Amino acid sequence: MKALLSGNEAIARGAYEYGVRFGAGYPGTPSTEILEEFSRYDGVYAEWSPNEKVALEVGIGAALAGEMALVTMKHVGLNVAADPLFTVSYTGINGALVIVSADDPSMHSSQNEQDNRNYAKFAKIPMLEPADSEEARRFVKIAFEISKKHDTPVILRTTTRVSHSKGIVELEEPRPYEDNRIIKYDAAKYVMVPAMARIRRHEVEKRLKVLRDLADNFPENRIELADKKIGIITSGMCYNYAKSKFPDFSYLKCGMVYPLPVGLIRKFASQVEKIYVIEELDPFIEEQVKAIGIPVVGKEIFPYTGEFDPGIIYEAITGKKIATLTLPPEVALPPRPPNLCPGCPHRGLFYILGKLKVFVTGDIGCYTLAFMKPLEGLHSCICMGASIGMAHGMSKALGERGKGKVIGVIGDSTFLHSGITPLLNVAYNKGEALIIICDNRTTAMTGMQEHPGTGFTLQGASTKALSYEALGEVLGMDSVRVIDPYNLKETEEVIEEELNREGASLIISRRACVLYRREKTKQTPLWVEEEKCIGCGRCLDIGCPAISWVNFDDMPPGSYKKITKKQKGRAEIDPDACTGCSVCAQLCKTRAIIKRGD
Amino acid sequence: MTEREKAENILLAGVGGQGILKASDIICQAIMEAGWDVKKSEVHGMAQRGGSVTSHVRYGAKVFSPVTGKGEVNVLVSFELLEALRYIDYLNSNSKVILNDYRVNPPAVNLGNMKYPENVFELLQGKVAIVSIVSARSLAREAGSVRAENMVMVGALASWLPLERNIWYKVINEFFPPSLISINLRAFDLGYQAL
Repeated sequence: MKALLSGNEAIARGAYEYGVRFGAGYPGTPSTEILEEFSRYDGVYAEWSPNEKVALEVGIGAALAGEMALVTMKHVGLNVAADPLFTVSYTGINGALVIVSADDPSMHSSQNEQDNRNYAKFAKIPMLEPADSEEARRFVKIAFEISKKHDTPVILRTTTRVSHSKGIVELEEPRPYEDNRIIKYDAAKYVMVPAMARIRRHEVEKRLKVLRDLADNFPENRIELADKKIGIITSGMCYNYAKSKFPDFSYLKCGMVYPLPVGLIRKFASQVEKIYVIEELDPFIEEQVKAIGIPVVGKEIFPYTGEFDPGIIYEAITGKKIATLTLPPEVALPPRPPNLCPGCPHRGLFYILGKLKVFVTGDIGCYTLAFMKPLEGLHSCICMGASIGMAHGMSKALGERGKGKVIGVIGDSTFLHSGITPLLNVAYNKGEALIIICDNRTTAMTGMQEHPGTGFTLQGASTKALSYEALGEVLGMDSVRVIDPYNLKETEEVIEEELNREGASLIISRRACVLYRREKTKQTPLWVEEEKCIGCGRCLDIGCPAISWVNFDDMPPGSYKKITKKQKGRAEIDPDACTGCSVCAQLCKTRAIIKRGD
Repeated sequence: MTEREKAENILLAGVGGQGILKASDIICQAIMEAGWDVKKSEVHGMAQRGGSVTSHVRYGAKVFSPVTGKGEVNVLVSFELLEALRYIDYLNSNSKVILNDYRVNPPAVNLGNMKYPENVFELLQGKVAIVSIVSARSLAREAGSVRAENMVMVGALASWLPLERNIWYKVINEFFPPSLISINLRAFDLGYQAL
């Protein structure tokens, strides 16, 4: 049967078809849908772990117990999981273990565009890379097959364009689950103290040698001979881009990107005259091919940065520019960056933070967008969990000069991911920075995933919900307070009090995401009373997409009324977009923003 | 043995929240059921939060790339007026454009710092083969819900595609919960007749 699946859906499907029934991960674009989709299949256990390191350790545990485990994360998630990754390469697994790393060239939704193929080489773990949804479905099975047969974790690498593109997939009948669960003691293999790790280290090299030989005979590393003047070595999505533009060239398409098929590469090189290596990001294949003495053209003509498309490859190889239409230079297009939603609870909090003359170390989540005008309430973003440690470090470094001037801000899911240990550090090392958890009750950025604070599991079972207040207290915070960011006055007062307090303070800014289904916050939309709006623009300072500026110059004379002489326009609220959060109304000096019926 | 790509390129563009991803899912499903190869591509996550959103749809006898290169779009379906201009470098002189006349002010316009371009239609007309305007918001309201705006745009596009109308009806029936089917079918028909 045919179905139209995204790469992520196809990975979940392939794993299920192969008999995999155990999955763990942490949400992160572009990987999130894999586990969400997998969790819906019959007889499956799937969990959102608090972070990727935990997810991988859960997967390792399951694999040691004989299960086939699927672990999913985005590229930067593998940094968090890198510690267990490097050592599970030594221990090997008992059942099977496949780690999906979803890379994000062009950083559509990421803070960097690291090339995770390097992790395969670094950790000496084989890596497969599918080029489309159908390959994603098949390759995940092959990955499990290799994992079982060679006692190794296997990484399946996707990129955003594979994860989030859809294509036609040929569904297969799922294999029945095979129960191989067992408690197996094998200290020499699983206890990585130096004496035993040294022995396992040799096993890793033996395994790599076997895998190198396998790569040369691996059916998904294939040569497609056509015009022998030009040969392309490529993998993943770039294969499709190149085939789209250059159907007549010869190809060596690598389904396994580590270890590379050295014998096959030599054979291909002997069959074609000139070779291009086409790969996004790092010259990962190129450097290895050059290292075996084969001259190729690569990064001297292809970009190091960003994702490719068929046009980029065409222009690089032919040296010709593709003709496109352009706008006249006098037309300036207003940019449309992503924005906090109307009614977003982050807006009130970050409006206040932007007003205070403080440095706000930020973190990863929707609220990162608050760095933009007009809020400008966030001043750094490095990685998951970084805000708390950075705020502490900054405040310690500044000493007296930083008193009351440094705040660390972190979302609820991000706090649970990697904010607890740095918060413990603030308490332990007598920190003075104020820490604020923006508790919007869900993992909003990636699309409303459950986490240990929501009270529900990935598969919908109700469970314990962490209390941030109680946690803050037991970690040793001197003060723990809760605010409602829809209430600007309270928000400002409490933040100022806590900034001026001696000792370690934690504020929980609690209000559910407007898109969160369990706690509906939508209220009656507001509107601007024309007779009262003096056009001061204060309501525009919160950057709410529901509020717009009506410029009197653009309107026919007589169609508007000026309240003050100098008035240039007035505010207007889109009733379809407004959620009635009332943050703008609290800013209005003339009380022109009211509820309908008031 | 060399397989050659033979594909038509559709680009959907608009603003996060307008139902573009659902629209492109429906378009691809219909194309698949009509027996063609089809691929689509889009970006989720950060890009959804009210920002510009695109979805590439490519179909034909054989499709390799799920994304269209610049200058190669056959049909641009712009769910919001000025967004059509943002992707002008994907067009060529033979391209066709469907414009929704609905405007969503970008933040810089809302703040009064920039002007919304007033002459979107004129800027495209003459440069491309056809520019057609659809009042998708009001047609959707007429169909029963402004949220069916995306189906009006799908209907408008469908009137230019070589697919039986029944395939579209079948797919719309499968994609929506029973309570929303009739509104979306009406919206589709209004869009189909609009061009």
